[in-house]
Amino acid sequence: MNEKILEIQNLTVRFGGFTAINNLNFSLEQGELRVVIGPNGAGKTTFMDAITGKTKPTEGQVFFKGKNLRPYAEYEISRMGIGRKFQTPRVYQKLTPRENLELSGARKKNVWESLTASSSTAERRTVVGLLETIGLAVKADIPAELLSHGEKQRLEIGMLVAQSPDLLLVDEPVAGLTDEETEKVGDLLLTLAESHSIMVIEHDMEFVRQIARQVTVLHQGSVLCEGTMDEVQNNPKVIEVYLGSEEAHAA
Amino acid sequence: MTVETVDGVVGALPGLNTRQRKKALVREAAIALGIALVLMFIIPAILTGLGQGIRVNQLGRFLALAIAALGIDLIWGFTGLLSLGHGIFFALGGYALAMHLQLQDGQIPEFFSLYGVSELPGFWQPFRSLPFTLIAVVIAPAVVAAAIGYLVFRNRIRGVYFSILTQAALIVFFNFFNGQQKLINGTNGLKTDTSTFFGLQVSDPRIQTTFYAFSILFLLGGYFLCRWLTSGRIGRVLVAIRDDEPRVRFSGYNPTGYKVFVFAVSAALAGVAGALYTVQSGIITPKAMDVAFSIEMVIWVALGGRGTLVGAILGTLIVNFARTLLSEKFPEFWLFFQGALFLIVVTVLPMGILGWLRTDGINWLRSLSGREKLITYPSLETDPDVEYERKNLGDSESDG
Repeated sequence: MNEKILEIQNLTVRFGGFTAINNLNFSLEQGELRVVIGPNGAGKTTFMDAITGKTKPTEGQVFFKGKNLRPYAEYEISRMGIGRKFQTPRVYQKLTPRENLELSGARKKNVWESLTASSSTAERRTVVGLLETIGLAVKADIPAELLSHGEKQRLEIGMLVAQSPDLLLVDEPVAGLTDEETEKVGDLLLTLAESHSIMVIEHDMEFVRQIARQVTVLHQGSVLCEGTMDEVQNNPKVIEVYLGSEEAHAA
Repeated sequence: MTVETVDGVVGALPGLNTRQRKKALVREAAIALGIALVLMFIIPAILTGLGQGIRVNQLGRFLALAIAALGIDLIWGFTGLLSLGHGIFFALGGYALAMHLQLQDGQIPEFFSLYGVSELPGFWQPFRSLPFTLIAVVIAPAVVAAAIGYLVFRNRIRGVYFSILTQAALIVFFNFFNGQQKLINGTNGLKTDTSTFFGLQVSDPRIQTTFYAFSILFLLGGYFLCRWLTSGRIGRVLVAIRDDEPRVRFSGYNPTGYKVFVFAVSAALAGVAGALYTVQSGIITPKAMDVAFSIEMVIWVALGGRGTLVGAILGTLIVNFARTLLSEKFPEFWLFFQGALFLIVVTVLPMGILGWLRTDGINWLRSLSGREKLITYPSLETDPDVEYERKNLGDSESDG
């Protein structure tokens, strides 16, 4: 049997009286590219928070490579090999793209190690390679705050890759991008999917169609259904809660 | 063709950068050393020649304060931690050295007899040793800061809550030192100027000159320490923590360790400042833990320019000399002036004097000297594509 990289059992997250995630079960195979969709408030971002340790589960477990993540802090989970990209591009504004990538890609991240460490030649070469992959080679040494929105999105994906995680969690990577940029990011994700397991949260249906193989639909904090894009689109439950309601809005 | 340039830029930049950086570093070190030598040998001679010998002592004290300001800049300017409690660390350093000086004549300090204490309290004993004292000046504040910092940062207390907590800690320490007559002479503090040190009275000019020199040396050392910290990998992490701390965790860094470390370094700098300031002013009292004094330290850095290090030193000297000169002439006027100064910094110079100089100031100076203004749209100024086109246009013109 193929080993599951991510396995989530009976996950529940409550904030006060509000249940954001309700008894959710989910698993991701090694090397899989999965898209998670769902209407607003379905708990998509909370789902990622629970995996990355930002929010601790009220009940249930998250297993990454067979290891229960509950006792670990965000930075420990990140070091185990889960990289996360945020909804709005969150790069370090005052640092240059090169420094952003060096920081993310550093192998040693303790205080004492940072005190004495300088980037090894191999690390520097990786950074130069990454800068070309994300198309920021010419802007490598200007502060990241001067980059455009699309460039920041690409830089953040680059930072993720620099961490060389086994699992990438990508939250709405194409929000606010032009069609052309959207396609570029899609291609970038497909290339990455060859060597990583990836979970993408997305709203943009065009984009989902471009990259999706397997789709999971979340609704009110639990999994509504899973399947290929076509299966999901023809599922009456999905049409009712998500696509249907959108059409109703449009009409 | 564009691809070619891209490759060229990528290939050339890193090597050029390190070489340029090294050159700049050597130049900076030379300038700093030069200024230190001028401060040490030329300025005192000039001031004494002008009959202003008393200013040398003031300058020495303010240089000591500037060491504390460097620490504030390190945690506030670079890491985004606004501490309003650095008086604690300043006082700890000052008290440590003062206790050593009080024990010089081998007997128990005079003030103890006032409170009927006949035996030296146990914690005074190790301060008989000079090496222990010197270590304590640095380590005691660092340990206290690390302890406070660990509790605060581990619980993810940030921003204004951190500032309030540091101020609360300051008040706790103030009340403790103020109330303990039988341990450390309470509100009267510890005098140092009548003690003997290496066979001379501490107020002796020869000893004072030595302290003046040490102030310069430690300021220089502190400056290079901060420069080293902020220009390396750790400096990048600190800036990243300042700008987006939650994100840093997801990059695999634990901000707590970094913040505890930098807070402790900053406290150690304040401790050294306190010790040097105490011996040059002759007394340390709990007033060093006045709320106003700790806030003032922040004002020095704000005026000089956050995140610039040089600005912290400059701001300290400007504010303190302004205070001294103004309060000599108009004793009641200073507090109004200080308030106005702070308002001006916040409203007109949010990045401080150095921050202004580096942006608008350059243009202002250029316009004074009748030169053309620089284009001030920074992304244009630094955009390599634009630069490339500019160069290319220039080339085709000269070719044609």
